Amino acid sequence: MQTEIIIAGFGGQGALFAGQVLAYAAMDSGHQVTWIPSYGPEMRGGTANCTVIIADEEIGSPLVLNPKAAIVLNLPSLDKYEPLVVPGGVLVVNTSLVNRTAQRTDIENVFIPVNEIAEELGNRRLLNMVALGALLAKLPVLSLDEVEKGLVDHLPERHKRLLEVNKLALHRGAEYALQAVT
Amino acid sequence: MSKELLKGNIAMAEAAVRAGVEAYFGYPITPQTELLEWMSERLPALGRTFLQAESEVAAINMLYGAACTGARVMISSSSPGISLMMEGLSYIAGTEVPVVLIDVMRGGPGLGNIAPSQGDYNQIVHGGGHGDYHPIVLAPSSVQEAIDLTVLAFDLAEKYRSIVFVVADGNIGQMMEPAELPPMRPVRTEYPDWAVRGSMGQARHFLSSIYIEPKDEEVANYRMMQVWKRVQENEIRYQEYYLDDAEITVVGFGTAGRIALSAVRNARLQGVKAGLFRPISLNPFPIDELEKISQHTKKLLVVEMNTGQMLNDVQRAVKGKIPIDFYARLGGIVPFPDEILAEILRINQEEIPLEGDPRQRWMKRFAPVINWKN
Repeated sequence: MQTEIIIAGFGGQGALFAGQVLAYAAMDSGHQVTWIPSYGPEMRGGTANCTVIIADEEIGSPLVLNPKAAIVLNLPSLDKYEPLVVPGGVLVVNTSLVNRTAQRTDIENVFIPVNEIAEELGNRRLLNMVALGALLAKLPVLSLDEVEKGLVDHLPERHKRLLEVNKLALHRGAEYALQAVT
Repeated sequence: MSKELLKGNIAMAEAAVRAGVEAYFGYPITPQTELLEWMSERLPALGRTFLQAESEVAAINMLYGAACTGARVMISSSSPGISLMMEGLSYIAGTEVPVVLIDVMRGGPGLGNIAPSQGDYNQIVHGGGHGDYHPIVLAPSSVQEAIDLTVLAFDLAEKYRSIVFVVADGNIGQMMEPAELPPMRPVRTEYPDWAVRGSMGQARHFLSSIYIEPKDEEVANYRMMQVWKRVQENEIRYQEYYLDDAEITVVGFGTAGRIALSAVRNARLQGVKAGLFRPISLNPFPIDELEKISQHTKKLLVVEMNTGQMLNDVQRAVKGKIPIDFYARLGGIVPFPDEILAEILRINQEEIPLEGDPRQRWMKRFAPVINWKN
């Protein structure tokens, strides 16, 4: 059994770091895990995505065609990954930047304005943690506590002052997802 | 020691540091630049040598010179950069000095792209530089294995006074996985007898790849083959998965191998008796082991991220005893497990001919995948 999660957005939205937080938490909780980014000549302003696989046996391919879940932080990512999520999977859509609804009815869609929620928390760069919290509310592959611990242990030293607000962002995202009509 | 979440490139660099590398030479190239970057910070801080040369040609010749002092030395690059090093590499082979090289392969030929590929197999495994020599070539498929093989590479290089390659690809270089680094070994203070380190008051040492008299070169070539025979006898490495009762055995190395593992597991879930043979030492290649497998499995599927370069070595091992099919993605495209699973399921249903070229059959099946029009 393994769970595959793709996190995709523009460069700068924190898609890769959100995946790393998940990967750290999975490792610290005793799971097998892989994190692999899309890498290319594009950096700022381009698209960025990563695939995280969490499993309890040796992981084969670090890439999958059809993930169990996807977080899409912008429209190009929604267009690309919405058709690929496995039936019964979870799709977290950032409605702050996406102006259309999702088409799939055989997956669980979570529509959440992560930019606005992050801004309410005082730092729009928290949007990735809001989205991650929303995902974990619907896909409990790890508990919020485990992911929080991942943040505590692996948030770079220079960002440690942002630890509490990052935790808050995770919880705010989770609360929103559980309350939202999906 | 505990596990850390490590990126492949950085893991290989730190593994080399802990294996006691004394000098690193290089020139930046994607997708291995993090390796060089890590070395640029670590080695000077430890009082060791990091040198970014003006080109790959310069870097390999610096490596050559440093290797002649008996120091633990290494270089890393990606495909086009490795091509530039081939002349120097041949001189290193001819001088019989130990070096470690890491090639994080990318799409080619030519400038190609920076995506993961296995297109350098023939260049690295079957030569590259001119003349008659055999490098040891190790292919990791995970971050942990990349660490372990980098450490092993130094030991093998010195044991056999040989070139040792670790061949990864962009996937392994960029991927993060939990892995454990080895403890820091002290940099050694004694050097081998043959090393050229100044001869004040000692017998003069001389290292060169020049043998003007063909009869001397012949002896040198024969000596290198004697060493290679010992390597072949002692340094075969591979990993087997689900082979006990496998009727279809997939053969793949590095990234292609681990992707095939996912496909093999899914095939098993569908009741197909599939297994995986993953060569770790590409040179020496596990010929005898594959031959043994061909005695109790019914069909082989070779999977690569190139047009079938290892396939030739597999055919050499199997000697036409059982049918082989082939599947590949090219030019920096990485196969999904689903593609390999489809091949396993097809092979399970269809008869594969013993004769004919597996590569030609694959080309026919593959044409629609890339919308190829004749």
